[in-house]
Amino acid sequence: MSRSPGDTGRTLRVLRCAAAALLLAALAGCAAPQPWVKPYEREHFADPIMSFNRDPVSNVYIDHVFESREGARGATGTVGGGCGCN
Amino acid sequence: MQLRRAAASTAAGRGVHLSPFARTLLTLAVCAPVLGGVLPEDRADVMYHYYNGGDITVEGPSVLIRKKVGDNFSFTVNYYEDMISSASIDVKLSASPYHEKRTQWSGGVDYLHGKSTYSAGVITSKEPDYKANTAYFAVSQDMFGDLTTLTLGYRRGWDQIFRDIKDANGDIINDPTFHERADHRGYSLSLSQILTRNTIASFNYELLTDEGYLANPYRKIRYLSPGQGAGYTLADQVYPNTRTSNAASITVKHWLSWHAVLTGEYRFFRDTWGIVANNVSVDYIQPWHNWEFDANLRWYRQNAADFYSDLFPRADYQNYMARDRELASFTDYTVGVGASYRFPHLSWAPWVSKSTLNLHYQHLLIKYSDYRNALLAPEYGAGNEPLYELNANVFTLFLSIWY
Amino acid sequence: MKNRIAAITAALALALPALAGTGGPAPQFSLSSREGKDVTLTQYHGQVVMINFWASWCGPCRQEMPLLETIYKKYNKLGFTMLGVNVEPDSNAALEWLKATPVSFPILFDKDSKVSKLYDVAGMPSTVIIDRAGKVRMLHRGYKPGDENEYMDSIRALVRE
Repeated sequence: MSRSPGDTGRTLRVLRCAAAALLLAALAGCAAPQPWVKPYEREHFADPIMSFNRDPVSNVYIDHVFESREGARGATGTVGGGCGCN
Repeated sequence: MQLRRAAASTAAGRGVHLSPFARTLLTLAVCAPVLGGVLPEDRADVMYHYYNGGDITVEGPSVLIRKKVGDNFSFTVNYYEDMISSASIDVKLSASPYHEKRTQWSGGVDYLHGKSTYSAGVITSKEPDYKANTAYFAVSQDMFGDLTTLTLGYRRGWDQIFRDIKDANGDIINDPTFHERADHRGYSLSLSQILTRNTIASFNYELLTDEGYLANPYRKIRYLSPGQGAGYTLADQVYPNTRTSNAASITVKHWLSWHAVLTGEYRFFRDTWGIVANNVSVDYIQPWHNWEFDANLRWYRQNAADFYSDLFPRADYQNYMARDRELASFTDYTVGVGASYRFPHLSWAPWVSKSTLNLHYQHLLIKYSDYRNALLAPEYGAGNEPLYELNANVFTLFLSIWY
Repeated sequence: MKNRIAAITAALALALPALAGTGGPAPQFSLSSREGKDVTLTQYHGQVVMINFWASWCGPCRQEMPLLETIYKKYNKLGFTMLGVNVEPDSNAALEWLKATPVSFPILFDKDSKVSKLYDVAGMPSTVIIDRAGKVRMLHRGYKPGDENEYMDSIRALVRE
């Protein structure tokens, strides 16, 4: 199986457009309407169990366990480094 | 002993791919909404991790220390170790059991300026036959009254790959004729959004590209050779020297009225090696007095890479050939449970604001649909051996303190 | 593409609305206090009033409270009062926290968020300073160490009026 030269270029162009579109959407709302969940209604999000990264050391490790044994990688929210060993 | 690393990139010398992100980062810094981002909390974690499955045991510590300095900076340091004892199916087929240690250091800094957080860090990993260095940079921005957080990240990795052999005295040394390199680049975009008073969602996208030597120097492919030995012959793997992958995931966390949290996640993955993977997971956390209990289920399925085969029909069958089971077709079922205990206020350590002891257990079952147990070839015949199945147990035990 | 993003950003930055509210009359309200009595804003007419919207789950709010207590004690005799409006639907966590970190100024409970909405609370914590004539003179969102100096400057000027 060989890579197609245009493949990465195409993917990166898509990513560029997606990021720009998202950014424009975000910026378009910058001067925007009031948040629909008011600051005084956000008590649940202050609870650590609602956090995406409650146990950073454990999360990175578990993602590493899966990444070493599976073919997929990325989009897990953790940044691991080094080799996908063992 | 490395198994498999991220694969190649085509972007190597072009440099043009950084500019959309540089542009985006500049734009983000300009439109700064009113409220600030938040630096991560000060904490220290000491963890012991243990993996056992398929005749491999990997265990070791992981220590993390994080501290704010002033109002704007937060520093993090992590030390991680893998002590590996391997007599896995791959090792038994073409090598001999080994023991090895991998150590990894990482350091990072977060800088808070208004609503933006800028993060940067380095990770360096070392083992007898593999050295990996990674650097990353990310910008995170809160917007829309802090309901939304947008994060863009870039990472770059440089790997050096060696191969262990035994010298005349029987000691393990690096093969002087083998020294390869691999380069990695990653681009990530993450958007977290508070949807309702009880629900928050996060969308993540990551593009990874690899270039260089992406194979495992110890693993072999096999091809059918009737009449010889077990009916097959081993030969070197040949991998493409580039790989580009895309992954996108969505995670939703929902607060349940009886004070519990349900989390659901879905990820889609696809790469230029022909691998397509989907995984879904569900997690439930239930606090109870000083405890937090959690249970999780995960289902992962992938189909094999284009150049993967358990048994090739003959030698030099095609340009690229691999038999790494990470590239095979399989389903990975995982079930896990965990408990966390929060200590009451420690009078002898008043500077500790919170401390917990945590234990998590996961059981993995990987059922391969096109990877066979080649060690059983003499009994079943090459190509007719039973499909391989891997059962693994993973434990993490850690103490966390906040100060 | 680059120019387009820059142009849109500039346009939007100019379009950002200014902070609304200062100079206008402070909206009236009535909330129950720790003692169970109803407290209204009108009963403090003629005094300088600082309203602080807080919650026990909000880190900067908890950090700010002891400093608000200091400010209250310092200026109380000069015709100044502090009202701590707790925005939580369930007051238990707040009461628990106040046991550990007591304050002497009145704490009011806005369980159904009607006063938070009235004052357009857009960040936690939020501080409003009202002059003797009942007009809003300062709006402050969030808390960073050092903000208490800003509060004190404002209060010092207003108690002299």
